Amino acid sequence: MDPTFPITLTVNGTEMVREVPVRQTLADFLRQTLGLTATHVGCEHGVCGACTVRIDGRIARACLTFAIQCDGAAIETLEGMAESGKIADLQQAFHRRNALQCGFCTSGMLVTAAQLLEENPRPSREEIREIISGNYCRCTGYHAIVDAVEETAEARAKSEPEGAR
Amino acid sequence: MSAEGKAIRPAATGYIGQPVPRPNARRLLEGRGRYTDDMVLNRMLHVAFVRSPYAHARILAIDTEAARAVPGVAAVVTGRDIAEICQPWVGVLGHFPGLKSAPQYPLAVERSCWQGEPVVAIAAETRAIAEDACEKVLVEWEELPAVVDMQTALAPETPVIHEELGDNLAFGLELKAGSPEDAFAKTAVVVEETFSFGRHTGVTLEPRSLIADFEPGERRLTVHHATQTPYQMQDVYARHFGLDEEKVRVVAPDVGGSFGLKLHVYGEEMATCALSILLGRPVKFVADRLESFLTDIHARDHQVRARMAVSAEGEILAMDVEDVTGIGPYSVYPRTSAVEGNQAIRLMGGPYRMPNYHGVLKVVFQNKTPTCQYRAVGHPIACGVTEGLVDMAARRLNLDPLEIRRRNVVTAEMYPHTSPTGYFFERLSHEECIAKIEAMMNYSSLREEQARLREQGIYRGIGFATFIEITNPGPAFYGVGGARVSSQDGCVMKLEPSGRVRCSVSVTEQGQGTETVMAQIAATHLGVKLDSVTVLTGDTQATPYGGATWASRGAGIGGMTVLRAAQALRGKLLELAGIILQRGPETLDLREGVIVEADTGMARMDLAELGRIAYFRPDTLPPDFHPDLTVARHYVPQGLPFAFTNGIQASHLELDPETGLVRLLDHWVVEDCGTILNPLLVDEQVRGGVVQGLGAALFEECLYNEAGQMINGSLADYLLPMASEMPDIHVDHVSTPTQFTPLGAKGVGEAGTAGAAAAVMNAVNDALAPFQVSLAQMPFTPERILRALGKIPSS
Repeated sequence: MDPTFPITLTVNGTEMVREVPVRQTLADFLRQTLGLTATHVGCEHGVCGACTVRIDGRIARACLTFAIQCDGAAIETLEGMAESGKIADLQQAFHRRNALQCGFCTSGMLVTAAQLLEENPRPSREEIREIISGNYCRCTGYHAIVDAVEETAEARAKSEPEGAR
Repeated sequence: MSAEGKAIRPAATGYIGQPVPRPNARRLLEGRGRYTDDMVLNRMLHVAFVRSPYAHARILAIDTEAARAVPGVAAVVTGRDIAEICQPWVGVLGHFPGLKSAPQYPLAVERSCWQGEPVVAIAAETRAIAEDACEKVLVEWEELPAVVDMQTALAPETPVIHEELGDNLAFGLELKAGSPEDAFAKTAVVVEETFSFGRHTGVTLEPRSLIADFEPGERRLTVHHATQTPYQMQDVYARHFGLDEEKVRVVAPDVGGSFGLKLHVYGEEMATCALSILLGRPVKFVADRLESFLTDIHARDHQVRARMAVSAEGEILAMDVEDVTGIGPYSVYPRTSAVEGNQAIRLMGGPYRMPNYHGVLKVVFQNKTPTCQYRAVGHPIACGVTEGLVDMAARRLNLDPLEIRRRNVVTAEMYPHTSPTGYFFERLSHEECIAKIEAMMNYSSLREEQARLREQGIYRGIGFATFIEITNPGPAFYGVGGARVSSQDGCVMKLEPSGRVRCSVSVTEQGQGTETVMAQIAATHLGVKLDSVTVLTGDTQATPYGGATWASRGAGIGGMTVLRAAQALRGKLLELAGIILQRGPETLDLREGVIVEADTGMARMDLAELGRIAYFRPDTLPPDFHPDLTVARHYVPQGLPFAFTNGIQASHLELDPETGLVRLLDHWVVEDCGTILNPLLVDEQVRGGVVQGLGAALFEECLYNEAGQMINGSLADYLLPMASEMPDIHVDHVSTPTQFTPLGAKGVGEAGTAGAAAAVMNAVNDALAPFQVSLAQMPFTPERILRALGKIPSS
């Protein structure tokens, strides 16, 4: 059996202490230990992006991160972002535009898109395509996803007065 | 009676044709999907496999002792152990005469026939422990010569993979119509090319997954399975494990993409069920991505020698093709690996009036991962060959590529029309589609821009692909050949006491929007509000038996079951309302969930009131009246073996002759799927399909070395289309409803994939035209483009 070590971390705003096996990935820790199954595992080698989460405010691959590396870190998963209401407009745009089919890539796609919109509130279609290139989608062909992110950016810009950011 | 008093007008078309977003997508957007790997059962074990490291090798000995000793391991089983409880299978069907294959077992018994074939299965408390134990299994192998090149698979010096079959030819077929020899002898222009279509694979983002849960007391097997076809798998599990069919339940939870990949029988799935039966515990298998590359079905892998005879006026007179396709060491069960080749050579020339045809198909065995049906089965091959030759002919005759197509497509007055290979077209719309795409893409100014940029050393290409698409298959597809794959489907529709409606249907959902479309049809034909209908799919215990979802049959066939059930339930509810209201049911109507007077639209009672009386106060109804509040209806596609759809695609790209890189600028599709039930969903089916075709054209290829080893079996090495490489995809429609069903809907799932790669090929060759070179080997990698340009030496 694998040796375990205790880690202290914050997941979706809740601080916790857990014993983790040394070779457990953050993706498996979130899914199997905490039951946070929005984080999907599509390749386990860091390419597909289905496991994208935020570690200390930056998007990262949960499949390439060991849980034990997250001692002291703040992790956000789609569950936390969705429950906070912060990305409700983005989720609604995805829904209206049918920017998802099977949904397996969607968690990672939303986490990535949310980060993009925080850093670049008015991205061009090319910039959107560039940023979400780390997240594979096999169903949609991406066009609708680009539309949904673009629409969210436009709506946010309209709802905020010029120069408010 | 709360609804009394207001007037409700009859709806014109109801929810049909409305761009309704999918209610079930909300859950997925919250991260609350429930995929197979999200489920955990008590005492569940995890399975991992020892796999063949060789393309072809004999198993001399297997030592499992050290693996069994690993703490946490519950069972270690070999091919022989599982063969005792699982009948082997042979992937042949009666309607492909001469098709042959060898018996296949869940785990290799005497030899492995491809790299990655499972050999030993280990069930343990965690996947990690099972994988650790796999490393402790010692297999003694004797490597055998591998059949790798499909072109030499039939050569006398090539070893025969299955000696008892005599040779490596799995299936052969020759088709002939008219007098192709005469046409080629007399014609003005003959164009000729050898087209290669790389082997690629489906790469569903959710890997193949299942949890088998056997209950020994009643010998019940429940399988939570990421599958498109729960009923087919129920049948397979029951027959091959000797279980009573009704005691096998297959439940498909949320399924993370399928594309044809998740309806075949795989050794790992059968071994997982076998372990659950042997151990009496739930066992989970989720393929990791490396396993997926080696064991998910691969697709395509064709080389086609083809020529086309064309008159001086550009009239297509004949085609002559020989398609050689490699399918791996077995024909895949239960649908067989002959379907792709069979469709490829029958779809050749399909959009055109071409009177003469000769086609030869050779389906050969090789020691690579088995290939089988994947999205747009056979279509991209036929489309690529036909459209490639059409463009070559146009170039030879100095005709515009759109013009040569316009001169040759089957025209409106010719319908109904039968192709030289026997396909029957009720009514297609090639001319309208061509006219529409020409306007949509602003074709003439695009050509002007292309000429202008060429002078500046910028090489852009425009390519077209006209296509036809097989949808809504009937029993001719599998059933007549002896496959226990249902071509009929069913729907159970029930009035809940609250007045809401529950609809259980046998077609399944993998994100394409099946449940939404079924709800739209139910609400429209029943006369209720869309949000009062709930649709249940994917559980053999809770839904009627049916074919489920494949070959673009869900909307057209599944939709008809729902339409029939809705009409029947509506009749029952009006009869009941007539009795309660003491009026003839013909004077009543059901609109927006309210029983109204048919002539005035005056509301009389809503369905909640009807439900209350029927379920809780039937004592107020006349004696001997027993209201039917649940109906079941089935639908069998009849009259046509398939419903053909059609369309045209165009690709616009820029090719850099210095780097060989191709940048896709735009892609256009005009297609005709008959009645459009939900334009939002239809457009996204087209776009998703297009991108899978663009992947085949530019990126995706399973590469093998001479020893039959796959050398790019990871997502880091196997290239998939990414967002930054994909163009915007503009979609429009022509609508020619089929007259064979009141719904008028045909399928749309294959259309994008059918034609996208051919359009890119023609655009690449258009861009390369100034250099007097062309390419016919997909994918069009920078390396292949540079070789064609002579920038790097040819291999």
